[in-house]
Amino acid sequence: MKTLFDKIWDAHVVQKIEDGPTQLYIDRLYAHEVTSPQAFDSLRDKGIKVFRPDHVVAMPDHNTPSDQQEVINDPTGRKQVETLKSNCEEFGIKHFAMGTKDNGIIHVVGPEKALSLPGMTIVCGDSHTSTHGAVGAIAMGIGTSEVAQVLASQCILQSKPKTMRINIEGELQPCVTAKDVALYIMAKMTTAGATGYAVEYAGSVIRNMSMEGRLTLSNLSIEMGSRAGLIAPDETTFAYLKGREYAPKGEAWDRAVEEWRKLKSDDDAVFDKEVTYDAADIKPRITYGTNPGAGIAIDECIPALESIADNEKDQFLSQLQYMQFQPGEKLEGHPVDYCFLGACTNGRIEDFRAFASVVKGKKKADNVVAWLVPGSWLVRQQIIDEGIDKILEEAGFELRLPSCSSCLAMNPDKVPAGKLSISTSNRNFVGRQGPGARTILASPLVVAASAITGVITDPRKL
Amino acid sequence: MAKQKFNIIKSTCIPVAIDNCNTDLIIPARYLASTTRDPKFFGDAFMHDLRYDADGQPVADFVMNRPEFSEAPREGVHEIIVGGQNWGSGSSREHAAWAISGYGVRVVVSSSFADIHRNNLLNCFVLPVVVSKDFQQELFASIEADPQTIVTVDVPNQTITNEATGHSEKFDINGYKKYCLMNGFDDIDYLLTKKADIEAYEVRNC
Repeated sequence: MKTLFDKIWDAHVVQKIEDGPTQLYIDRLYAHEVTSPQAFDSLRDKGIKVFRPDHVVAMPDHNTPSDQQEVINDPTGRKQVETLKSNCEEFGIKHFAMGTKDNGIIHVVGPEKALSLPGMTIVCGDSHTSTHGAVGAIAMGIGTSEVAQVLASQCILQSKPKTMRINIEGELQPCVTAKDVALYIMAKMTTAGATGYAVEYAGSVIRNMSMEGRLTLSNLSIEMGSRAGLIAPDETTFAYLKGREYAPKGEAWDRAVEEWRKLKSDDDAVFDKEVTYDAADIKPRITYGTNPGAGIAIDECIPALESIADNEKDQFLSQLQYMQFQPGEKLEGHPVDYCFLGACTNGRIEDFRAFASVVKGKKKADNVVAWLVPGSWLVRQQIIDEGIDKILEEAGFELRLPSCSSCLAMNPDKVPAGKLSISTSNRNFVGRQGPGARTILASPLVVAASAITGVITDPRKL
Repeated sequence: MAKQKFNIIKSTCIPVAIDNCNTDLIIPARYLASTTRDPKFFGDAFMHDLRYDADGQPVADFVMNRPEFSEAPREGVHEIIVGGQNWGSGSSREHAAWAISGYGVRVVVSSSFADIHRNNLLNCFVLPVVVSKDFQQELFASIEADPQTIVTVDVPNQTITNEATGHSEKFDINGYKKYCLMNGFDDIDYLLTKKADIEAYEVRNC
């Protein structure tokens, strides 16, 4: 009667501290340049080595430019990337350098190289580490002090979260993607709806969802407040992982799959909370506010002021003031300035296929700046191998180099103040894509349709 | 990072009545490109884009710039932030906790915290105190009526008191963390004493 989360958690307990947290063993630590330098400093201050360097994989992604990767012009960003490299050399850690074929966004690279496997505990100093839960792992974002703990001991101290199962039943309508499912759940349960819980996604929609879609859904778990978003591994998972660079090979693969098949919640498992949504209710979605839960179906209007609870009116209005929108306004048809395809949310091959399927044979709108940024060099190569780059080029788009890019304004891809961006990234926070930038979150299909027309466009109508 | 031991804190507060105050607001991404942990650098960046406009001028009506709340924290003054619900959502950046700590704040009070940020605060020796929504709203009202309102956070007894009204609540903290905060110990020191257990786990499982 255990949940999937319980099974993986229990298998990694080193000890439970009396009246305290659990000491949990970590199978995989990922490190990037932004949240690791001070962790390595802690080790140096204490005069200790990395305890299990072969469990750690590092790569820069946040500061990486997407136009060229010869040099980072910003001196502080350059120093972070150089510091990661020198720390990895000093402590004997595998490092995928900027501009090499192994590099990309950690949350894209980990699963696609099968460095993230079912049953693992995975952590990284990055909240979107929840992504890796899609392969059937406990994957959680942690802070820099915790990165140092894992480097020093391969363990962290954590209190066990409660468990929640989110079931999506039925069949998704055309042009409705994993991104829309996630934006729908957030709007229903708010951005704090899953705080304190580890979420497992289940139901027929998830069973029929591609691995790329599952990674998108798990990625966005943190935007509901959940640190972890697990999906039980199945044939889709195994087919995705088989043959990838770090996957077990030969007999070891067969033995691993046999074990991985046990990684599912028991039929009589009891969750602390369980919710079920009907796929038929989910349409292509967009956000209108400055948190990812402030969203609507693309053909709906922003809520009227009267429909907002009195104690939430001020914050509702302040979000709209920042976004330069009005209560009750319809956003479909509203002009956009920037379109961004990419990030750990939607930077995978399926996202580029989806985008290309919309723009094929059409032309990018002149008023739009478009950034199309693959999540990794492997994704970029696959885009080229499939001829998708040609389709994009003929439609007036340029394929850029792998990076976190415009998701978080730590590299040159910043949206200027006041400009409106429609983006496949994960956060529409104030200033997230650049100081004063305004962000609408959407799926690759909605972003593609909007890039063609220059206004917010429902892909079902294009 | 200074590890100031916790016991009883009596202080005035800064009310930051923003719900879902995410870590991008607490510290914008451009301040993450540091490779050190300088408390002054991060303290200065705390709430930067709400405190200052695009020209670097203080935003007069933001609470931290109002004369009654603008004094930098010191013992008994502004050591406590009372925040809106779902404090610290979004990015896992511990820099947000460094900004709060670097500014001089020792306690953040809210009706709810995002999970990762709450752990980060504890690891930076800033105490997150969860109170009921009623207690939180009463605190905001007391501080608005009198910015000199004192709040007492008694860590040994796990109580928080609004001295303006005399109302108190118990707050949760596990015994292990309480011991760490009161004695200046952190998790890494603890884990380093557990090497034998970790190696035994690896022999059993890896």
